[in-house]
Amino acid sequence: MSKETLLIGTRKGLITYKKSQGNWKYQGISFLGIPVNLTYVDPLTNTWWACLDHGHWGCKLHKSVDQGANWEEVTAPRYPENTEIKNGEMATVKYLWAVSNGGGNKPNELLIGTEPGGLFSSSDNGGSFALNDSLWNHPSRRDYWFGGGRDHAGIHSIIVDPRDNDHIYVGISVAGVFETKDGGTSWEPKNKGLKADFLPDPDAEVGQDPHLLIASPSNPNVLWQQNHCGIFRSENGGESWSDISQEGGPAYFGFAIAADEKDDKTAWVVPAVSDQLRVAVDNALCVCRTEDGGNTWNDFRNGLPQESCFDIVFRHALDVTNDTLAFGTTTGNLFLSDDRGESWRAISHHLPLIYSVSFI
Amino acid sequence: MATVKFTANLKRFYPHLAPQQTNAGTVAEILDHIEITFPGIKDYIVNEQGQLRKHVNIFIGNSLISDKMELSDPVKSGDEVYIMQALSGG
Repeated sequence: MSKETLLIGTRKGLITYKKSQGNWKYQGISFLGIPVNLTYVDPLTNTWWACLDHGHWGCKLHKSVDQGANWEEVTAPRYPENTEIKNGEMATVKYLWAVSNGGGNKPNELLIGTEPGGLFSSSDNGGSFALNDSLWNHPSRRDYWFGGGRDHAGIHSIIVDPRDNDHIYVGISVAGVFETKDGGTSWEPKNKGLKADFLPDPDAEVGQDPHLLIASPSNPNVLWQQNHCGIFRSENGGESWSDISQEGGPAYFGFAIAADEKDDKTAWVVPAVSDQLRVAVDNALCVCRTEDGGNTWNDFRNGLPQESCFDIVFRHALDVTNDTLAFGTTTGNLFLSDDRGESWRAISHHLPLIYSVSFI
Repeated sequence: MATVKFTANLKRFYPHLAPQQTNAGTVAEILDHIEITFPGIKDYIVNEQGQLRKHVNIFIGNSLISDKMELSDPVKSGDEVYIMQALSGG
């Protein structure tokens, strides 16, 4: 089905574009002035979700059942009273960082990942949430989950296996990939083959830093991650990972990664300079695509700024539908490609900082 | 009775917000009191552990409260309590 709406989560609200006669047109903004760091449209319930990060008033969760015409605030996930991160620091939600439904067999289940590192589930489509105790109490958490760009470890990726909804992966910065096969009762790290060059032991089982974890829609056994220390792919459901970073090329550090809907060997990344600088590589934007599972990469620049450019693309700010891709940048540029990332055009140069981009 | 007044910025989320009269004895009890009238507003002011949010200030008269963790500062009849957003970022 053709997706002809773009939801853009920005520092100043949720911006909507719609495709009309081949052109993408600005439709409007919700939550003007309030950071909207993530949106999610649940195809099972047709509910739209928006994660807000008020500077003063905390993180809020809003839902819309009429395609964004009206929004209702619902009670966001909350850590139970006296829940401790560690060393006496109480756990409070700092960021709502990942949203997913629970899969086709659990139509009213909603999963939300947060900083600091808690996974919450709702069995009544957001009416109430419960912390997944098993993951929160995982023996590795207190000593081997670290803060990265944020103060504490956070869950930014949730993948529910469409074949078995009790089979779930989460991606955690900084801890790694964790998997449950029993609906969240028990969790195991799945980080073999990853590298953490910021740790004394780069091969550590826990303490890896996936920036985004995704699965190929056409083959749930194929997982991809844009990691702090390269790009990695697994063909066996995370049992082992291969470093598919581009040797000598730009496809190495970044945040976002998108997988082709039909071909499990095709994916795109938007490189940045690691990791102290966090700007576009050589002050130029490019999108890199592999079509052979990461053996080779091509970088595409047509239509993207190639000088005096400092944009980077956050982890949820790249999306693909069919042959169309879109990404938004930290300096408010929104780019779109209709030819699988080979050429690009700017939809806007004037948006606020962009946190997330999604086709619906 | 103490009077509780709010920053106008909270009216975006609670359009009917207006000064409240209360017999509450502490700041924490004030928040419980206003939560009854404006469900959910407490979550804008404190986090789930009951601690004052980092960028929110509460004054009793002209004085900032001293206990931002448990909000135990006493409130007496005639006090004016202000729930304000902190200025941060210039």
